[in-house]
Amino acid sequence: MAFISSGYNPEKPMENRITDIGNRHYGEFLPPIIKKNFGKWIWHEILEPGVLMHKAESGDVVYTVRVGEPRLMTVQYLREALDIADKYCDGYLRFTTRNNIEFMVDSKEKLEALKKDLKERKFPGGSYKFPIGGTGAGLTNIVHTQGWIHCHTPATDASGTVKVVMDELFEDFQKMRFPAKLRISMACCLNMCGAVHCSDIAILGYHRKPPMIDDEYIDKLCEIPLAVAACPVGAVKPKKKKIISERTGEEIEVKSVEVNQERCMFCGNCYTMCPSMPLADHEGDGIVIMAGGKVSNRITAPKFSKVVVAYIPNEPPRWPTLAKTIRKIVDAYVKGAKKYERLGMWAERIGWEKFFEVCDLDFSHHLIDDFRDPAYYTWRQTTNFKFIENFPYEYNKMKGDIILKAK
Amino acid sequence: MPKHETPLLDQLISGPWPSFVDDLKTYAEYRRKNPNNVEYQIPEDVVDDLLGVLELSYVDKETHWKHGGIVGVFGYGGGVIGRYCDQPEKFPGVAHFHTMRINQPNGKYYSTEFLRGICDLWEFRGSGILNMHGSTGDMVFLGTRTEQLEEVFFELTHKFNQDLGGSGSNLRTPSCCLGMSRCEWACYNTQEAAYQLTHEYQDELHRPAFPYKFKFKFDGCPNCCVASIARADLSVIGTWRDEIQIDQEAVQAYINGEIPPNGNAHADGDWGPFDIQKEVIDLCPTGCMRMEDGKLVIDNKNCVRCMHCINVMPRALRPGNDRGASILVGAKAPILDGAQMSSLLVPFMKMEEPFDELKELIENIWDWWMEEGRNRERLGELIKRKGFRELLKVTGLKAIPQHVKEPRHNPYIYWYEEEVPGGWQRDIKEFRKRHLR
Repeated sequence: MAFISSGYNPEKPMENRITDIGNRHYGEFLPPIIKKNFGKWIWHEILEPGVLMHKAESGDVVYTVRVGEPRLMTVQYLREALDIADKYCDGYLRFTTRNNIEFMVDSKEKLEALKKDLKERKFPGGSYKFPIGGTGAGLTNIVHTQGWIHCHTPATDASGTVKVVMDELFEDFQKMRFPAKLRISMACCLNMCGAVHCSDIAILGYHRKPPMIDDEYIDKLCEIPLAVAACPVGAVKPKKKKIISERTGEEIEVKSVEVNQERCMFCGNCYTMCPSMPLADHEGDGIVIMAGGKVSNRITAPKFSKVVVAYIPNEPPRWPTLAKTIRKIVDAYVKGAKKYERLGMWAERIGWEKFFEVCDLDFSHHLIDDFRDPAYYTWRQTTNFKFIENFPYEYNKMKGDIILKAK
Repeated sequence: MPKHETPLLDQLISGPWPSFVDDLKTYAEYRRKNPNNVEYQIPEDVVDDLLGVLELSYVDKETHWKHGGIVGVFGYGGGVIGRYCDQPEKFPGVAHFHTMRINQPNGKYYSTEFLRGICDLWEFRGSGILNMHGSTGDMVFLGTRTEQLEEVFFELTHKFNQDLGGSGSNLRTPSCCLGMSRCEWACYNTQEAAYQLTHEYQDELHRPAFPYKFKFKFDGCPNCCVASIARADLSVIGTWRDEIQIDQEAVQAYINGEIPPNGNAHADGDWGPFDIQKEVIDLCPTGCMRMEDGKLVIDNKNCVRCMHCINVMPRALRPGNDRGASILVGAKAPILDGAQMSSLLVPFMKMEEPFDELKELIENIWDWWMEEGRNRERLGELIKRKGFRELLKVTGLKAIPQHVKEPRHNPYIYWYEEEVPGGWQRDIKEFRKRHLR
């Protein structure tokens, strides 16, 4: 493995340096038919799941085949997509914001050949390489984050959880039988670099133990004031401690921090600022499910997703409880919602209390908001509610401990 | 032979959805065989070791990646995220495994020629593993060693005329929907807006000078396919202010069942024949539609442009011709102070090149945020802390009823001193002449 220089000279980093050039102009990458009809499209139709047809003022028609991709991919997989684009699409392709690939062709003949080709391509283990689907009133691909493959703060894996949920719901990636589109998103910790907070269903990795403190090293590895300031609930404060040194065995005084554990809501912001405060834990970490969000302004305003399942344990490699729980929510939605109703619109129409009944989900204090101002607005300030079967609502039957003891 | 046994990951090979494990395993073997004799610049077993460390996480149920560390390319403060494995002796191939964000072309169209070059570069100087795309929109190169960062950057800029994206307390890589390139509803050229702002603000994108991250996203219409209202500090969402265009003949064709509703999006459901009253008129959020003498009538003055009727009857209805965008500000995920969606600041702006009005607005907002924002405070949180009126003040915009869903619930009105006759400096002695102690 001999080092091969690109031409960069480390002695003189500014020599021939090109910077601040930004991205390439999209105009260089548009397929000819797209370029020709730019801004002149007049209508579209979904010919079948995964196949779109767009009509332009000029009379031109472009057919798009949408396929799911794993987001995390190798150059070999990507090259295969490029081979397909070379064979059928004049050397162009595009990607959607939800990790799908779109192949565009200008005739029905090419469309049929392209579809046939895509359907035949499988990985050695049998999974589809380029499953066609993800359109209309069905399930599209799950947008997600890195998880255990590449991130330092995840509470679960991303690619693995997405794979099992997409396997579970695969049929609906290739069908359009839902009342409206269903958008599932996945973020592997509360930092939500996947911003899943407005999704029909969100899968969210969540820690449940406050950070540990690496007292002997924290002052060397971290700016303690930054770790203190990073805590949104003011649970971290500076603290001098006397400890027995791991290195010398002697008692030493160190500058460290103290965490008010009862205040911690496990966001991991301290750890993001300070690697000496790890919080990942094989027993503590798991998954939260949120539901009922959307970003579209259609019929109703965009909505935040609501927490509907407080905790699902990490069960690699196939997370069966996660897949089963999402299946239950999707089935109840499909059964109960009216045409055009997104999941959140349906839940609001029937009432969130009814949602828990029809989805057969547990309820506990974890699902009642207690974080700052918005909390009050989520409690019920009306006598309008529904009596539902699976929860006690009569005073003497409600008595009990709210704490769910760990097993 | 694979370098590591991966019995847990192997259970993710089955099932119909594309298996990332199968892809990685196939590629690990390809890399070992190296049929094209690539002189890999990082260890050839990088993919094997990635599978190994991921398998270990599946056993331990904890990640094995460490905090970043400061790595990057000379003169930039973003675009590279440092990553190290916490078991480097077991998995030396991924001991360094840094991420590079590559600023995607707007709308995510590519030529195969460009991407083939990218694949070759990344196979040669990195792991050959990437994301198409990362959450913010960049192409993401996953995994290379520190000494390759400058080399990759040099080749990207010299051979591919291509720059890195943003990370850290920078302007993040702007992103947009596919816009006018293939959508009849785009109310402005989202790709051009994203492109021009990306280039205008290269300094802000590469050199961290902000309190925290800042995102622009450009949606062509209120369907918000790129989720700008949920994810961008500055959300630009296409809209129009004249009348929805109606083709009455096509309306009849929908009513007669000649055209499937909603672009045939409900083809596999058992929804019965299309009913314009039930499916369009009754679902209109403002009730501004009706049938009159067999024709669809829209009271456009009361339309809020939610897109539902247009979505259901794309061949009969189209957005108006006087198009532009609504500008909303302040969206973010929950960290630190809870999730926020963007709030409406400017109901309508013409989105014409070179987008000077938008740039003026952005720069006024940035000046304020950089002056007043605390470390790691997003714009939305600053607006909450200082009040919406401060945002209006610094952007020089008048308050209008569209700014609120409803007026304030409490009467704790903060008057400015200059709004009250005589100001706030009073003489207690004069007061006491009228009111004895």
